[in-house]
Amino acid sequence: MSQPSNLGLGRMMLAGIMMIAFAFSPATAQAPSDDPIKIGFSMALTGGLAGNGKAALIAMQIWEKDINEAGGLLGRPVELVYYDDHTNGADVPGIYAKLLDVDKVDLVVSSYGTNLIAPAMPTMIRRKLVFMSLFGLAVNERFNYERYFQIMPAGPHPAEDWSRGFFDIAMKQDPQPQTIALLATDSEFSKNAVAGARGHAERLGLNIVYDNTFPPGTADFSPIVRAVQATNADLIYVGCYPPEAAGIVRAANELDLKAKMFGGGMVGLQYASLQESLGSMLNGIVNYDFWAPEPTLDFPGVKEFLEKYQAEAEAAGVDPLGYYLPPFAYAYLQVLGDAVNAVGSLDQEALAKYIHETTFDTVVGPVKFGENGEWAESRALQVQFQNIKDNDLDQFREAGKTVIVAPEKWASGEVIYPYRE
Amino acid sequence: MFTLDLFLNAVVAGVMLGGFYAAVALGLSIVFGQLDIVNIAHPAFIIAGSYVAYMVNNAFGIDPILIGVAFMPVFFLVGVAVYGIYYAGFERTGRESLAGLAFFFGLMFIIEVALILTFGVDYRLVDAPYIGETLHVGVVDIPLRMFVPFVTALVMTGVVYLYLAKTFTGRAILAVSQDRLALRLMGASPVRIKAIAFGIGIATAAVAGALLIIIGPVEPSFGRLYIGRVFAIVIMGGMGSIGGTLIAALMLGVAESFVQTFYGPSWAPLVAFGVLLLTLAFRPQGLFGRL
Repeated sequence: MSQPSNLGLGRMMLAGIMMIAFAFSPATAQAPSDDPIKIGFSMALTGGLAGNGKAALIAMQIWEKDINEAGGLLGRPVELVYYDDHTNGADVPGIYAKLLDVDKVDLVVSSYGTNLIAPAMPTMIRRKLVFMSLFGLAVNERFNYERYFQIMPAGPHPAEDWSRGFFDIAMKQDPQPQTIALLATDSEFSKNAVAGARGHAERLGLNIVYDNTFPPGTADFSPIVRAVQATNADLIYVGCYPPEAAGIVRAANELDLKAKMFGGGMVGLQYASLQESLGSMLNGIVNYDFWAPEPTLDFPGVKEFLEKYQAEAEAAGVDPLGYYLPPFAYAYLQVLGDAVNAVGSLDQEALAKYIHETTFDTVVGPVKFGENGEWAESRALQVQFQNIKDNDLDQFREAGKTVIVAPEKWASGEVIYPYRE
Repeated sequence: MFTLDLFLNAVVAGVMLGGFYAAVALGLSIVFGQLDIVNIAHPAFIIAGSYVAYMVNNAFGIDPILIGVAFMPVFFLVGVAVYGIYYAGFERTGRESLAGLAFFFGLMFIIEVALILTFGVDYRLVDAPYIGETLHVGVVDIPLRMFVPFVTALVMTGVVYLYLAKTFTGRAILAVSQDRLALRLMGASPVRIKAIAFGIGIATAAVAGALLIIIGPVEPSFGRLYIGRVFAIVIMGGMGSIGGTLIAALMLGVAESFVQTFYGPSWAPLVAFGVLLLTLAFRPQGLFGRL
């Protein structure tokens, strides 16, 4: 065998250098192999929560695209596998059984909303799966499942932390309020929200003068609002879903509802369609929220994400602004994806341990989970609608319309009190 | 806490709500009450009416009720076409009881999905100058958002009642539910009469949908919340009785309003359906139905 010539050696060295360079080049290091990592979930794509569910899906698909452009997870592309749960909790266990046993997904995340997350919990617990979940209130209170993680920033005691800001604002006023009316839809989320408010009311010695629930599908809220008005409650705390929120806000204006503070836990007042339609009827209402275009919440990446989302939202017929759920839908996949890449495997125990121990940088800011899977520190905001005009969606893109009035750490303005006298 | 102003407001709110329920149930009173067709898709047609009102109101700013009335002929033609398919596929072959029901279930889902694909799943509302305004009459508050639909519902019910009572075709519709053969002997085609009746039933959904979206936001699957209610009203009022449908709707509306005001809103459906069961216990044929 002849000795390699200098030219041949040079070519071999060059080839070797090129191979090493190729192996370490970003494109190759991150080029995903063909076998995707499947993330399975159900999502409310039809039914009462579909407005938000579809918006969440768009955000998740943006994350899927972003993560695949960055090389996927563990060098493999990511594929979202999902089914419509029709906003029907009864559909959820069957969907997750299919995802796990038929579609053989590698990871699971939750649908949107307490009523759709809770039915999946027995499956997650039995199969010992990490379960990132999207806006479920106090779902883990009774399960105490150590692999449950909640991206909604309610806080370590979600039912109470959710409404704490409402009462903090109220009790700072002089004179302090004395009475409260509690009103909730007959559904798990609303009852959880109002249960938390009830706890605060009892803790603060407020006299509960009205405490009732109403069925979903209630068409006219005038009798209910009148009954509440008749109690002359200082505070009115409501937990409900979007069509009821619209009905109650309208009835409150039509009947000139008077109270020192009104609002609390109304889902729907964060939606662009309802904000635009209700317009000036919203003024003065103090309600929960988790993100608003206020200077105190300008986290890295959130504006860029919202630009991508808003480009797709209007064509998809969903919330054109996307301030409520979409950033968190993106974030809960960010957390999961970062954990997988950091741990280097899909081992559920290792992932859960890592997620518990780590503070994640996400588009909704730093996220740290406590022992029960809720945020270690609450960032449940109370916002007050101020200076809202009718029929103007674009006003909600500006600061100063959904003003953060609690907690102090994130506040961007002062509360206007009382609501109406 | 019982006070006179709460009582009066509960009555007025209940009557207005009942009027709206009558508008929603009116079409089914014709289709189910008189033609014995279990059109479970009727609430879906109402939601379609809501979306038509939303689309035109959003684009041109026209009042939703005017839009509903203007689209009644379109909905009528759709109803005639739907009946044609139903008759050819099920009624003619005697398979209307189960297969026909499945047909309307399928139609309900088709309408829902079509609305989702066209409009998306977000909640939709309309704009009208009377939404948000209230009439104050002494201690009684009358939100125009409920009052205008109530008046419209009464007018529509009255027009349908007079049509059925005073016109040849209207009386033929009443006759077809009683004796098809006798109607044929009178020179009227039962199939054609039923098609017209079905068309009228669906036409009322155009207006009922406009009223629904005036009262509150809708999304494509919202109609499912009304399925139980509309059938209960039609049965309670007496099959085929337009007047009975109105009275039953008012009774249900007032019962709901009273319970919401004085006893706790979560009891409202139980009481409302309790009234239905009580009525049927004493009058199995409904308030104005024939035995």
